[in-house]
Amino acid sequence: MIEVMSMYRIRNPEPTKQRSVCTSSASEPASLPAEDISTNSNGPKQDSLFDDDPEDLFAEATEEVSLDSPERDVLLSDGPSPAITPITPPTSVITPRIGLPHDDMFTHSSFDEIEEEEGGDSFDMHISVSDPEKVGDGMNAYMAYKVTTKTSMSVFKNHDFSVKRRFSDFLGLHSKLASKYLHIGYIVPPAPEKSIVGMTKVKVGKEDQSSNEFVEKRRSALERYLMRTVKHPILLKDPDVLQFLESSELPRAVSTQALSSAGLLRMVNKAADAVNKMTIKMNESDAWFEEKQQHFENLDIQLRKLHASVESLVCHRKELSVNTAQFAKSAAMLGNSEDHTALSRALSQLAEVEEKIDQLHQDQANADFYLFSELLGDYVRLIIAVKGVFDHRMKTWQKWQDSQMLLQKKREAEAKLQFNNKPDKLQQAKDEIKEEIEELEGKVQQGERDFEQISKTIRKEVSRFEKERVKDFKAIIIKYLESLVQTQQQLIKYWEAFLPEAKAIS
Amino acid sequence: MHKLGEGEATMTKEEYTKMKQELEAEYLAVFKKTVQVHEVFLQRLSSHPMLSKDRNFQIFLEYDQDLTVRRKNAKEMFGGFFKNMVKSADEVLISGIKEVDDFFEQEKTFLLDYYSKIKDSTAKAEKMTRSHKNIADDYIHISATLNSLAADDSTANKKHLEKLSDLFEKLRKVEGRVASDQELKLTELLRYYMRDIQAAKDLLYRRARALVDYENSNKALDKARLKSKDIPQAEEHQQHCLQKFDKLSESGKKELTSFKGRRVVAFRKNLIEMAELEIKHAKNNVTLLQGCIDLLKSN
Repeated sequence: MIEVMSMYRIRNPEPTKQRSVCTSSASEPASLPAEDISTNSNGPKQDSLFDDDPEDLFAEATEEVSLDSPERDVLLSDGPSPAITPITPPTSVITPRIGLPHDDMFTHSSFDEIEEEEGGDSFDMHISVSDPEKVGDGMNAYMAYKVTTKTSMSVFKNHDFSVKRRFSDFLGLHSKLASKYLHIGYIVPPAPEKSIVGMTKVKVGKEDQSSNEFVEKRRSALERYLMRTVKHPILLKDPDVLQFLESSELPRAVSTQALSSAGLLRMVNKAADAVNKMTIKMNESDAWFEEKQQHFENLDIQLRKLHASVESLVCHRKELSVNTAQFAKSAAMLGNSEDHTALSRALSQLAEVEEKIDQLHQDQANADFYLFSELLGDYVRLIIAVKGVFDHRMKTWQKWQDSQMLLQKKREAEAKLQFNNKPDKLQQAKDEIKEEIEELEGKVQQGERDFEQISKTIRKEVSRFEKERVKDFKAIIIKYLESLVQTQQQLIKYWEAFLPEAKAIS
Repeated sequence: MHKLGEGEATMTKEEYTKMKQELEAEYLAVFKKTVQVHEVFLQRLSSHPMLSKDRNFQIFLEYDQDLTVRRKNAKEMFGGFFKNMVKSADEVLISGIKEVDDFFEQEKTFLLDYYSKIKDSTAKAEKMTRSHKNIADDYIHISATLNSLAADDSTANKKHLEKLSDLFEKLRKVEGRVASDQELKLTELLRYYMRDIQAAKDLLYRRARALVDYENSNKALDKARLKSKDIPQAEEHQQHCLQKFDKLSESGKKELTSFKGRRVVAFRKNLIEMAELEIKHAKNNVTLLQGCIDLLKSN
């Protein structure tokens, strides 16, 4: 606890409007006592949430049970965050508005209001991941990346700062965010995937093309991951995110290692989860959810197909580049063989043009990959997260129903007690059951509230996600098409330069 | 066709139609190619001083009814096959002959070297064309999937996706034409001259053969003179061989010189046309892409 307190003390010397949102009761932004209070008030809620956490964390049944899962088990995490950082921010933001019927417009406007309260900072932030550097030797070596943040938003102390982070730090961040937000319906962007093969090559020290490409691919993916995470208004304000971006030292996230006990526990839980999902039969009363789930299913299939086609395109374009280079060499040799001087020169020029063109194709293949293909890959993984959030809603519903059934049983048991003959034991039993019933009634109410809450959150999240997706795609596709235009314009230049050479053959 | 049949199960109806279209376009391109090749063949025959006067050639051009050319029967095919084998063995033996004429010596070295280089270039050009075709195929699949995405979409994004799908459909047509034009102008050019050089090599071979025959006939004459037997026949045979050799040398020189000229002209024409077509297609691509970008940005 002390650790956490000191962290917050350092963080917030001056009062800011953002902090005030974090607590429903204390309106004064003195963060320290505020956090304290909220933690306490959330005590029981936290416990109940943590009871089921190992299960709640894990998403899709269709997700492959592999060592590559970035999600981790709360109980085995290191660092102060999950067990101590209050989960207050999202719930308390919405709590005051509960009790109103599902009304998208209203929840939207309430969210907007809250955003305005926060000081109306428009999103102005740019994160870049750069300068990959190998640290250490042999199998313990790792890549350190420089994470630079440039922003004018007031939630940060500085405007331009950078820190050094390694891959497991990113996975650790995602783990923490996932454990805090996924089960209440927030779409947490997934972290880039692990690659044992890729990293081993780098560790072993192979300074070749493929390991350079691997590092570049990872660097780019980490950058996109961070930008997506901070674009989410709630996640941006999360202390773990802020700590990740700002503090120079970060406790190592060891439980993200593939071959750890945490990793194995994850796998087991995932399998259990998959079985569970198949047995939940939810009565969907809300057509919106049914429609959206179907929509995301379709989107998933189509995006995977598109991704596969674009990957094929990248492959073929790389082949074209290689074949063009080979042809260029061959044409050069032919030009040397040719004894007619003008034709010989023209053939050499042709060889030069083709060599330039092969580089052009190589560059285009990179644009195909980093712009188009990776975008699609990111969204395929994002949609897995979205589907996970829908599954959490189902689980929340199940919990609520279970509590209700249990309450029903206890009530029946209570009724039966009336006909019990042993008077001394009767009173004790009656009291016990009354207590249990009260507790269960509380649980049922909470279950219903949780269910409504997560449904509301999901509606908002999906709407934000879809807006973001359209914007994202449009921006990147325009960039990609512009890369294609550039390639074609270069081609024109090269061939127009060659034409007089060809005409000069006499 | 085979690839198309295999993929039928996995593709949507539109994709299948598009791939069939692509196949038909390819077939047309091959047809165009064949037509061009035949045209060049006939033009060369007609511009040749000797062959243009050949009776067979004239009949071919003028006879207005079906020619009913008899296919090679089994004997002729075997005969042809056998002859080739003998010829290759012979070529090896003859390649060791000392050449008297500088011109032919130079030509031989040049042609042998050039042949291997041009064969290599033809193969590499073919691979380039294949890659272009593969990219065009990928564009078809991308266009089709974008179309499906557009169909499922109910937001403002729908129009964007439809435009994009349309764009890729157009791009793949251009890419397909780039591939077939490259094939026609570059690959075919190289392939044709590869075969032409083979023909030139054959000419050299025939001349070398005649030289050997002449030298052999000289030796036979000397032997006959020693034995004082069959001298007139030997003399006649020797004269005959000499004539044949001289004739081949003379016509060979003419042919090889005009061959070089023809080669240079053909390369020039094709390289110019290829460059012009590449520019045309690239400009077309730019227009298509820019149009789509402007449309996307304006919405």
